[in-house]
This record gives sequence, structure tokens and C-alpha cells, in this order.
Amino acid sequence: MAFFLEALFGGLMAGMLYSLVALGFVLIFKASGVFNFAQGAMVLFAALAMARFSEWIPGWLGLENKFLGNLLAFLMAAAVMFALAWLIERLVLRHLVNQEGVTLLMATLGITYFLDGLGQTIFGSAIYKIDVGMPKEPVFLFESTFPGGVLISLEDVYAACIAALLVVGLSLFFQKTSTGRALRAVADDHQAAQSIGIPLNRIWVIVWFVAGITALVAGIIWGSKLGVQFSLTTVALRALPVIILGGLTSVPGAIIGGLIIGVGEKLSEVYLGPYVGGGIEIWFAYMLALVFLLFRPQGLFGEKIIDRV
Amino acid sequence: MSKKIGDVILEVKNISLSFGGVKALSDISFNVKEHEIRAIIGPNGAGKSSMLNCINGVYTPQQGSISFRGRTFDHMDSHEVATMGIARTFQNLALFKGMSVLDNIMTGRNLRMKSNIFLQALRIGPAEREEEMHRERVEQIIDFLEIQAYRKTPVGQLPYGLQKRVDLGRALALEPQMLLLDEPMAGMNVEEKQDMCRFVLDVNAEYGTTVVLIEHDMGVVMDISDRVVVLDYGKKIGDGTPDEVRNNEEVISAYLGTSH
Amino acid sequence: MFYRENGQFKTSYRSDQQIFAITQDRWVILALIAFAIFGVPMFADEYMFRAILIPFLILSLAALGVNVLVGYCGQISLGSGAFMAVGAYMAYNTYVRIEGVPVILALLSGGFFATLVGIVFGVPSLRVKGLYLAVATLAAQFFCDWAFSRIGWFTNNSSSGSVAVSDLQVMGWVINTPVEKYLFALAFLVVFALLAKNLVRSAIGREWMAIRDMDVAAAVIGIRPVYAKLSAFAVSSFIVGVAGGLWGFVHLGSWEPAAFSIDRSFQLLFMVIIGGMGSIMGSFFGAAFIVVLPIFLNQFLPALGLLVGIEISTATVSHAEYMIFGVLIVWFLIAEPHGLAKLWSITKQKLRLWPFPH
Repeated sequence: MAFFLEALFGGLMAGMLYSLVALGFVLIFKASGVFNFAQGAMVLFAALAMARFSEWIPGWLGLENKFLGNLLAFLMAAAVMFALAWLIERLVLRHLVNQEGVTLLMATLGITYFLDGLGQTIFGSAIYKIDVGMPKEPVFLFESTFPGGVLISLEDVYAACIAALLVVGLSLFFQKTSTGRALRAVADDHQAAQSIGIPLNRIWVIVWFVAGITALVAGIIWGSKLGVQFSLTTVALRALPVIILGGLTSVPGAIIGGLIIGVGEKLSEVYLGPYVGGGIEIWFAYMLALVFLLFRPQGLFGEKIIDRV
Repeated sequence: MSKKIGDVILEVKNISLSFGGVKALSDISFNVKEHEIRAIIGPNGAGKSSMLNCINGVYTPQQGSISFRGRTFDHMDSHEVATMGIARTFQNLALFKGMSVLDNIMTGRNLRMKSNIFLQALRIGPAEREEEMHRERVEQIIDFLEIQAYRKTPVGQLPYGLQKRVDLGRALALEPQMLLLDEPMAGMNVEEKQDMCRFVLDVNAEYGTTVVLIEHDMGVVMDISDRVVVLDYGKKIGDGTPDEVRNNEEVISAYLGTSH
Repeated sequence: MFYRENGQFKTSYRSDQQIFAITQDRWVILALIAFAIFGVPMFADEYMFRAILIPFLILSLAALGVNVLVGYCGQISLGSGAFMAVGAYMAYNTYVRIEGVPVILALLSGGFFATLVGIVFGVPSLRVKGLYLAVATLAAQFFCDWAFSRIGWFTNNSSSGSVAVSDLQVMGWVINTPVEKYLFALAFLVVFALLAKNLVRSAIGREWMAIRDMDVAAAVIGIRPVYAKLSAFAVSSFIVGVAGGLWGFVHLGSWEPAAFSIDRSFQLLFMVIIGGMGSIMGSFFGAAFIVVLPIFLNQFLPALGLLVGIEISTATVSHAEYMIFGVLIVWFLIAEPHGLAKLWSITKQKLRLWPFPH
């Protein structure tokens, strides 16, 4: 039973991290109707920026204080993500305004490749550490109920809390602010939104920047846990099924979808894996998404997809 | 000259259609006789296109039934409708923009093409002959519609009036028993309208094709149709010959508005 | 002046519907094929065959298959790598497990199994499209990745996880040298290109394009979306599967599942985008471009670096490759969505006027 709980917690924590990446997808889709395949690459890029800046800044400024160094690194990385958002809007999105979804999807595929190459050129391609003071030692809970206790990683719990805060903040942003309203208008119909005076270009920069910050937070959490390396992008691909499950337009859906996938992957690997030679994690998320696509394409919380005649 | 109008071939009974809270059609019933030209008219938003969409299988009505040649359906399946011999043009044109005029009209012949995929890949014998035979029929339609010069042009590059002709051509390629035309003259000038009227009348006279047409131009409607159905806010407010309908009080107030 | 259709009047529909209706085109293509068969082996060295020509031919075939699905029928697919893998592994199993089976039959059977898998994973296209369909095809990719690396039967229970084939021969003619492999691949490409071209200009091709352009209208004129979409998946997967078999048998010799990973799927999609969606010629252009570009960059960039005094490592070159691909994809999507094939046909249009300005 303790074993099951450990696996469950592990799954929940992994799921929370998927959700963070999925959040970025949902944000951009909700606000611009663009499916950003490059979200994973943005996570890696942001993480690389953070890792390297936190390394370089103390050297540049002769800083001793770790916290200050990390803070400055975070700000610089955020600035980089803003510049990235601005460039993407200027050079890519602006020219593809009325194209269909598939074209935009393929454009973001191109952006993915570009970011992969750029990140490695500017920041290097070794494995880098991010140290933002997350606790590294595991903690044993419920020692009275289960002998030996249940192994929990405090780092994962912190990560989950940060993610939860982010989600609450974003939900409030969308529902309560006028910018949030404008974003939802743009997602519904670009041209209509433009015709009532919503500045499309500025909105898109805002959206991609917010998604970029989400990517940065996700990148820091992932990178702190696993080290910043190229394989981060393949893990980010795991986030696509999350939004299929949760619904492309639903922020809570991204969270719940992430948790379901995280737990499902872990448990199926642990309990079913030995029968089929392991490696279920490779395809579990995607096959689950496939099932949803066949029977409920809009996911758990998404809007029904209407085909206009 | 008198035209022989036959019996009822299409019967629409008590059709009601809603989208969420909006009632597009309320309890509509009318019939269409073979070989006639039946117009459906009404102010904008009356539900005329929705009615055609129901006959065509694009929309499924919540209530009512449609009978064609004695077979009754609660809802039509688009593909079956085509096999039964009902063809249609669209208000906003639904042409295949990436293909040429010739290819667009050729797609209308697909129902009649029997050769399987393997023969088509090898393009020998039966496949080649079939392609030629259908090409000949399509060329006859192209001649009829006077668009020979544009046959290889991608339809996206043609002016609107010509695109409308291609839409009609594609519907004609099905060799339909009944033609549903959704505002075939919209956006045309006087000459183009005359051409289109001529085509519709010729198709009806030469092939005996029954025509159901939605149209806003009253002059056209009164001139060429045998009977008219009038819709307003999803309800039927008139049904009869053009003269009867022209003098119908309700129809007049629907179009011109009532004084309060 | 030379590229004119003057005097070429078609007197029958059959001649009007030919693949190469303009006489000059016909001659050029025949000359090209003759050169490919006889001329190239005289001039090319072993490196050119191994590194450029053979991959170009096989990837052209694969791109052709992907173009049928993505370009002609408008169904996005990110799982082409998986279909290549099915083709390769099933061809391998047929070849190894059945005594005396001819190579060509083994390769075709690989294609056949790829067709089955393609139809199964094509079913979601009946329900969803666009990015949702992309995710469904990714399911195919990852599932096959797993199956070919974990299920021993596929690799004939090899301990290393990789498989190999050797001693290929067709009716006594042994296929060993690069020239022979090149001609073998060339034969497949020419045959399949012809079959594909016939398909896309027939009724089924028009059905595919109708579904791509407006599937609701297509249903109304009597095209059945189910048949059209699944047939596109079937034909596409067959071609891609055979290409996968060729890739393993003729180009690699021995391979692991990683040869058909998601990177391969992206690579094929890029070939189709850059080369031209919905164009047979485009598949060749795209494949040529993507095969040659890395080699070109490998030679060119370090030289460029030396000119300005920077040393450019191979790692940097591969990063640059990624960046350049990314930029090119975006550029083509914005500026010329119909890819190199469109640029080519614009050039031909200009050639018809040359040397006159208009």
C-alpha cells in the first residue's frame, strides 16, 4: 500500500510538471487560436537561459549573494522571453493571420527547430544545473501508519504549490481583467476582435510573453529537478496529450489532464510494465489521448468543436 | 408553350429545425412536383438555406420528415441524397479552390465512376476509357455553360460570376433529377442574371430536371418559377403560383413591413 | 522561344489528359530518366551514391507517400516515421522468416503491413482534423517506437536490438555495389511515381483534393469522406512503408528503431512543405533539398567561418542546420506555401515567354 502511495505521489508530481508545460499551450491557444508546438522548445530555451545567466551573472557583476544572482538571472531570462515573444509576433504570426490552423501548427514546428538550434548555439549544449534553493532531500511521511513511511520529494511538493499559484493567477487574469477579456475575444475571432479596436499585435505579444513566463517557470522547476538538457523537449512532447484530455481551451483542464496522465503513466508502468517488457511510459499518454480523440475530442473540459458549414 | 408538370416527387412535412435556442424552421410543409421550377423566397434570415440544408442532409431537423419519390426519411444522409439524384449549389460557393474548373466539374462525376483504385493507378483499359467517357460528358456541360476558355484555370482565380457557373456545372455533372439552387444569381449584374436564367430554364426544359431555387430577385422569381413558397422567420406564409403569392397580404407585409 | 506550345494541338481527350502534355516536357523527362540510368553511374563516385543519391531516391519515395496524405488529401501526419518502421521491420521479418522469398516481394509485403497500420491509425481522421489529428498520428509514432524496441518478435529476438539484411538479389542479379543499389532504388521510385501520378489525376485523386479543399461540399456531391480519407492513408502508408523497407535494406543495411523516430517524421513533413504540397515533383525537390542542405552546410559554413576568422565546429554546424530548417519552414509557409514546385512552375511560365518580357 505504501508502495502504491509512493507511485501515486510520484505520478501526481510528474503530472503537475506536465500541466505546467500544457498551461503554456492552453494560454496561447485560448488567446490566439494558435497551437504552439514550440512550447516544449520554449521551456528548454527558457531553462537554458536561466541556467546560464545564473552562472554568468555572478561573474559579470562580482556578486556573492546567491539569491540576488538568481533573481537577476530570472529577470534577464524573462526579458529574453519577452524579446522572443515580440520577435515571433513580428516575424511569423503577423504574416500568417488568416491561415488555417494546420499552417500555423507547421509554422510553430519551424519555430521549434529554430529555437532548438538557437538555444544550443547561444547557451551551449552540455547539461546545466539550476539551483534556486529547492530542497533536495526526500522526506518520509506517514511513518506511523506505514512502516518506513512514504517517500515524498519535498521539491516536488514545492513545485506543485508553485504550479497551483500560477494556475490560480492565470485563471484570475483571464476571467477578471480587461486584457483577459480581450484575449478571449481574439481567440474567438481574430478579425472581429480587430474590427472593434483590439490591437491584435500587442495582444499576441502579451500572450506569447505570458506563455513564455510559464515556460520559464516550468523550465526552472524541471531543470532544477532533472538538470537542463536536450531531452527536456522530448518530455515536453508528453504535454500534448495532456491538453487533448483536458481540453484545448481549459486552464483547469490542463491541470487535471496533467495529473491524470502523470498518475496513469506511473501506475501503468509500475503495475503493467513488467508484463510487456516495460517502457509503457513511451506511449501511454498518447494512446490515452487517441481514445479521447475517437470518443470525446473536446476533452474533459473543452468546448465542443463545431464544423461550420 | 406548355410544360408537362408531373406528380409530387418531394414532400416536406412538418419540418422544425433549431440551433440551441434559435428556431430556424417551424413546422414547414410543402411539396415539389416533378419537372416544375419551385422558388423559395422570403426576407433574410427566413430559413431558406436551412430548408435546403435539411433536404440535402447537411442539417438534421429535430422534427418532421422528408419524402423523395415515395421514400420517407427523418433525416437525410448527404451521400445518399446525392445517389438519389439530388444535387445542389451553395450560396457561398463551395468550390474546391485548389482544383481547375475541369477537375471541379469532374468531381461531380465521381458517383458514376466504377473503376477501382488499382485500375486507376495503372491507368489502362477500363480506367482510361471511363475517364474519357466522363470527360466527354463534362465537356458537354462546359459547352452548355459557355466556360470553355477557363477549363484549366484554378477556380480560385476566376471572377465570382464564372465561379457560380462552375458551381452549377458541378451540380449538373451529377445528372440530377432535382436541382437545389441556393441564390444562384446573387451578386450578378443584369446580363449575368439573364445568362443564369437561361441556363436554369434550358436545364429544366431539355432534361426535365426539377428545380428548387432560392432567390431574392422578384423579377426572376415571377418570370421563371411555376410555384412559389414564401418563408418568414422560419414559418411558411405563402404557397402557390407567382400571381397568387404576389397578391397575398401576409407576403406583402413581410416584405414591405406593416405600418403600426 | 523554345518552350512554346505552338502547334501542339490535342485532338483527343486522351492526349489532353497525358501526364506530360507538352512535348518539350516529355523529352526532358525521358532525357532525365535516361541520364539517371546511364549517365549518373558514369560520373558519380561511391560517396555520392551512398551519401546523396541513394538517400535522395528513397526519401523522395517516402516524401511522395507523405505528400499523397498531407498534400493531396489535406490530412496532417506526424507519424510517417512509424509507417516507414513498419515497412522496414515487416519486410525484414518476411525476408528472414520465409524461405526463399524474393526481395521485391518482401519489400511489398512491408508496404502491405504498413497499409494496415496506416488504416488503423487513420480512423481518427474520420472524427478530427488539424492539430487533433496530428496528436493521433503521434500516437502511432510513439507506439511503434515502443513496439519495435521492446517486442522481440519484430527483431527476430536479436540481443542487440538491431537487425540486418544482406545478400540481396533479384532473379540472380546480386545487389551489392552502390551503383546496383542506386539502380534498384531508382526503379522503385520511377514505378511508384508513375502509379502515384496516375492516382492523383484520376477520380480518387480528385476525391482526395475535394476532401482537402472542402469536405462538407464533397459529401454533398456524393464523395464518401470515409473512403476518401482511409484510402489516402492506405495508399500513403503503402508507399511510405515500401520506402522504409528500401531505407533499411538498401541504404542502411542494418538498423535500429531510432532510424525511424519522430525526427524522421518531421523530416518527411518538411520535405513536403518545402518541396510543395500537392505536387509529385515537389516531393523530389523537397527530398533533394533536405538531403543536400546538411552536406552543403558542412562544407560551406566552416569555410565561411575561416574567411572571417571564426572556427566553426561540427556541433555548431548541426545547430545551424536546425536553425536554418526552422527559418526555411516558416519562410516557405509565409511566402510560398506551395513550395519549390510552385517556384518551378512560375519559372516555367517565365520560360514560355523568354526571351520576350510579356
